[in-house]
Amino acid sequence: MITREEIKNLASLARIEVTDLEAEKLTKEVLAILDYVDQIQEVTGVIENKVSEHRNVMRDDVVTNSSGLYTEKLLSNAPSREGNYLKVKKILG
Amino acid sequence: MIDLKNLTIKKAHESIKNGDFTAVELTEAYLEVIKQKNSELNIYLEVFENDALKQAEEANQRFKDGTAVEMTGIPVALKDNILYEAHVASAGSKILENYIATYDSTVVKKLKTAGAVILGRTNMDEFAMGVSTENSAFGVTKNPHDTKRVPGGSSGGSTAAVAINSALVALGSDTGGSCRQPAAFCGVVGFKPTYGSISRHGLIAMGSSLDIIGPITNSVSDAEVLFNTIKGEDAMDSTSISQNTENKKQSSKMVIGIPREFLSIGVDERILSNFNESVSKLESMGYEIKDIKLPNVKYTVPVYYIISPAEVSSNLARFDGIKYGLHIDGGGNLLEDYLKSRGSGFGPEVKRRIILGTYVLSSGYHDAYYNKAMAVRELITEDYRKAFEEVDVILTPTTTGPAFKIGEKVNDPVKMYLEDIFTGPANIAGLPAISVPSGFVDEEGSKLPLGIQFIARHQREDMLFEIGKKFLNE
Repeated sequence: MITREEIKNLASLARIEVTDLEAEKLTKEVLAILDYVDQIQEVTGVIENKVSEHRNVMRDDVVTNSSGLYTEKLLSNAPSREGNYLKVKKILG
Repeated sequence: MIDLKNLTIKKAHESIKNGDFTAVELTEAYLEVIKQKNSELNIYLEVFENDALKQAEEANQRFKDGTAVEMTGIPVALKDNILYEAHVASAGSKILENYIATYDSTVVKKLKTAGAVILGRTNMDEFAMGVSTENSAFGVTKNPHDTKRVPGGSSGGSTAAVAINSALVALGSDTGGSCRQPAAFCGVVGFKPTYGSISRHGLIAMGSSLDIIGPITNSVSDAEVLFNTIKGEDAMDSTSISQNTENKKQSSKMVIGIPREFLSIGVDERILSNFNESVSKLESMGYEIKDIKLPNVKYTVPVYYIISPAEVSSNLARFDGIKYGLHIDGGGNLLEDYLKSRGSGFGPEVKRRIILGTYVLSSGYHDAYYNKAMAVRELITEDYRKAFEEVDVILTPTTTGPAFKIGEKVNDPVKMYLEDIFTGPANIAGLPAISVPSGFVDEEGSKLPLGIQFIARHQREDMLFEIGKKFLNE
């Protein structure tokens, strides 16, 4: 049984602020969803552990565009910048 | 007056070529419909009028030059999660409300090369999570057949746009049914191609092992033309595939498989009788009908609602309020900024899925949920592989009922999730599937459209086009 405290912890791991009211509602909803998806547990017997048919598609590790080509386009979307840097709050004390 | 109601890509192309109307006049005709109806229905979040008219003029030029191809001058609507350089792409979310695309998605690049006209961006459930557009941060889109009802989702804006002829064709995206379910609710064609057949480069990601871009059109022929324009392997998407890896041998007489047992789960009586009429119609057209069993397909929705939230929780980690998008100052430190920006930028369904996904991937639950779901996913895929040894296409209804009322299911996520029951399997197994209109039901004075869905083997879109066209007498 997932608790409200666990929901709050998951939200904080996912970097989402939730109010107490939201956490309360989320707890009920996530419980109902987990209760529903739990039916896959009834699938038993040998589930073959097949080697996936998927394979990695690699490319050469080379620079494909000239330096600065996208800088302005990308930075113009930034909420806060200083020159060609993204501006964030101090991380280390 | 251009007869938009009966227009197809082919007819539009011929008409422009013959001088019946110009590409600019065609674009203007669609812009006029948008002006008349958009405020009531909330289909387009933004109309790119000036750019569209410019593209239409360029298209006219190409017709004069003799360089016009089938898609030249064809007005297209884009779902709001497909990047179009220098235009806003918000994915129906507050967190991207002012985000301006810094590059063209591969599909937009291909549309531009073909000379298509991009009319605007259409409403959708936030980050494509939903089946009704009720999860859009910018209000619900109304179903043109009954404005008290939802258009379906998540590509509900694109399907409604095509339904009222405010675009000739549109693009949507389909992760669990998001092109097909709203197509059924709006009475249009919704097509989900084979996983990887169209590049996802520039499609705002939801569930990367499930997502695909798909055409939404009034006819199967138009879906085919649009698909052929945007498909293909792309160096920018390592899961994209080339088209000729499967041997395309057309069977002389297609066999249609029907999973009768699976259909017995909670389907509206009227849907079932409409479905049976469609089966009889196909039988009378000479198709052989065969009952098939897909024993694990009933686990699709539970499997989907483990795998997709898991992928969502990691894909949406990129929205941090720092690089782009909504930024809310949390006061003290960087962590507070993250918490506040994401806390106010994401809506309830997105939060629900991120938290659910974080849970099913967390240590201690990873084996029981995520790994188990991936194993059952293999079983579902295997069910289809076996079924396709006996039949060429599989037929089901697209939905369990007609369009539901706005607000009817918003307080019950599980009920909402069950909307994916017939459409989800094609995403789980990566198969191509198409929803085509199959009639109407009368409900409270409205005629509500219904759809049926054909599913084929990987990369056998050709079979879907063939049978779909025959079914619609195209």
